[in-house]
Amino acid sequence: MPMVEISNVRKAYASGFEALKGASLDIHEGEILALLGPNGAGKTTLISTICGITQPTSGTITVGGHDVVTDYRGARSLVGLVPQEINLEPFERVINTVRFSRGLFGKPKDDALLERILRQLSLWDKRDNRIMELSGGMKRRVLIAKALAHEPRVLFLDEPTAGVDVELRRDMWEIVAGLKEAGVTIILTTHYIEEAEAIADRIAVINKGEILLVEEKSALMTRLGQKELRIELHDPVDALPEALADRGLRIEEDGQVLVYSYDTAQDRTGIATLIREVSEAGLVLRDLQTRQNSLEDIFVGLVSKQEDAA
Amino acid sequence: MNWQAIRAIYVFEMSRFFRTLLQSFVSPVISTSLYFVVFGAAIGSRIDQVEGVSYGAFIVPGLIMLSVMTQAISNASFGIYFPKFIGTIYELLSAPINFLEIVLGYVGAAATKALFIGLVILGTSALFVDLSIQHPLAMLAFLVLTCLSFALFGFIIGIWAGNFEQLQLIPLLVVTPLVFLGGSFYSISMLPPVWQTISFFNPVVYLVSGFRWSFFGVADVPIGLSLLAIAGFTLLCLAIIWWIFKTGWRIRQ
Repeated sequence: MPMVEISNVRKAYASGFEALKGASLDIHEGEILALLGPNGAGKTTLISTICGITQPTSGTITVGGHDVVTDYRGARSLVGLVPQEINLEPFERVINTVRFSRGLFGKPKDDALLERILRQLSLWDKRDNRIMELSGGMKRRVLIAKALAHEPRVLFLDEPTAGVDVELRRDMWEIVAGLKEAGVTIILTTHYIEEAEAIADRIAVINKGEILLVEEKSALMTRLGQKELRIELHDPVDALPEALADRGLRIEEDGQVLVYSYDTAQDRTGIATLIREVSEAGLVLRDLQTRQNSLEDIFVGLVSKQEDAA
Repeated sequence: MNWQAIRAIYVFEMSRFFRTLLQSFVSPVISTSLYFVVFGAAIGSRIDQVEGVSYGAFIVPGLIMLSVMTQAISNASFGIYFPKFIGTIYELLSAPINFLEIVLGYVGAAATKALFIGLVILGTSALFVDLSIQHPLAMLAFLVLTCLSFALFGFIIGIWAGNFEQLQLIPLLVVTPLVFLGGSFYSISMLPPVWQTISFFNPVVYLVSGFRWSFFGVADVPIGLSLLAIAGFTLLCLAIIWWIFKTGWRIRQ
């Protein structure tokens, strides 16, 4: 059974705007799923609907088998949420807000656990500080501490690294890796593709309220991944030799480099033939490079395809 | 019932109160003293007695009610409006709690603060006038019920309010006039007949009257009617809050 099961969820706001148009998605226990999409794609709405901040217009969502509407206590007690905005009471002390979060989720007092969480997030020394005395990065850590305080089985991170410094981003990735080891299911939204590429097991692409694709990261990259072969020449050329005219080559860097795109999934990539033909045409090779397409290329390809279809 | 959650909200809200304890304590003491100087000493010395009670003592129940009602409303409305304003309400909405637990936490804390202030005023009054309380249990019951029902009312205002002006609007435009015209500083029987009739449409009259009865055994309206009025008001507020959480009005889109 999936840890989170989203089936055919629609969400229309009172204004008539339809933020989700029948989204379906299964999230497995213990995985890290990156929900990737441009601004306004419906990422935050989807998370809010799972967490109970908004109600779905139609469709069902279960967390750990508990329906988020009819059995909200069962569902919500499993879920931790780190929101995108820094929403914290400025006058409150760090330790109190974290204690509050734990109590709110019905968990008994456990100061040893809170100390562990605060230490892990480098917040222990700041526990008696007021929130308003903390830097932006520290406040974000407090949000994470609050979400972890009630020991969630599923953690939602809504744009956790938007606008944070490199150090915090690295810390965040480490924390996520540690939580995964502890068996926590993690869903993070991001529009940084490198982030999804770096830490996710699976990637879901959402745009305009629809889930366009869900796939293992590695499978996604091989399935949709185009490779490029870059042939660096000893002497630059002005134009392609006649014999190579119909091979679909591109000339770059003032004739110094020939670029050949091919699909790794095909039986024959045509590389061997191409290289033979290049030498037969009298060109001298200096170097060869291949480059895998990044998720970004895949992502941009998907989104623009959807826009063409519309 | 998620008792831990109720406790967490209650403790969190009370800590705000304790942070500003001095302010919470000093301001009612000063304002009560001022009322006694103006109404008790200056004006009261020219009024003999009202319904067999010295004027200074007569205004004590009304004074307490005035503060308790405004404090209960402002504490409860701010308590729930502030999380909406700064966005921390996301946590309440995503927690495994129901509306009753949220209300118990916030309204309980606001009512506690109002009760505390009510008792402080009662204590301060005892320094100025001779006070005897004929029905102490009824007095306490009225006080607690008023704290609770007006905290519920404040909670509704806090959810309704879209900005800080609206938060102040109802207490300023509705509650204060109702309390002043509700017989806090005079007996309804002192008014001309027309105004007496109009006064009986003011719900606060029933509360002040019942509360005063618990002190002196004299009332403008029968005590049973007073109890009915406050019970009705409490139920009305609860029904509205139930509806708010059922529909998600102004909180859950």
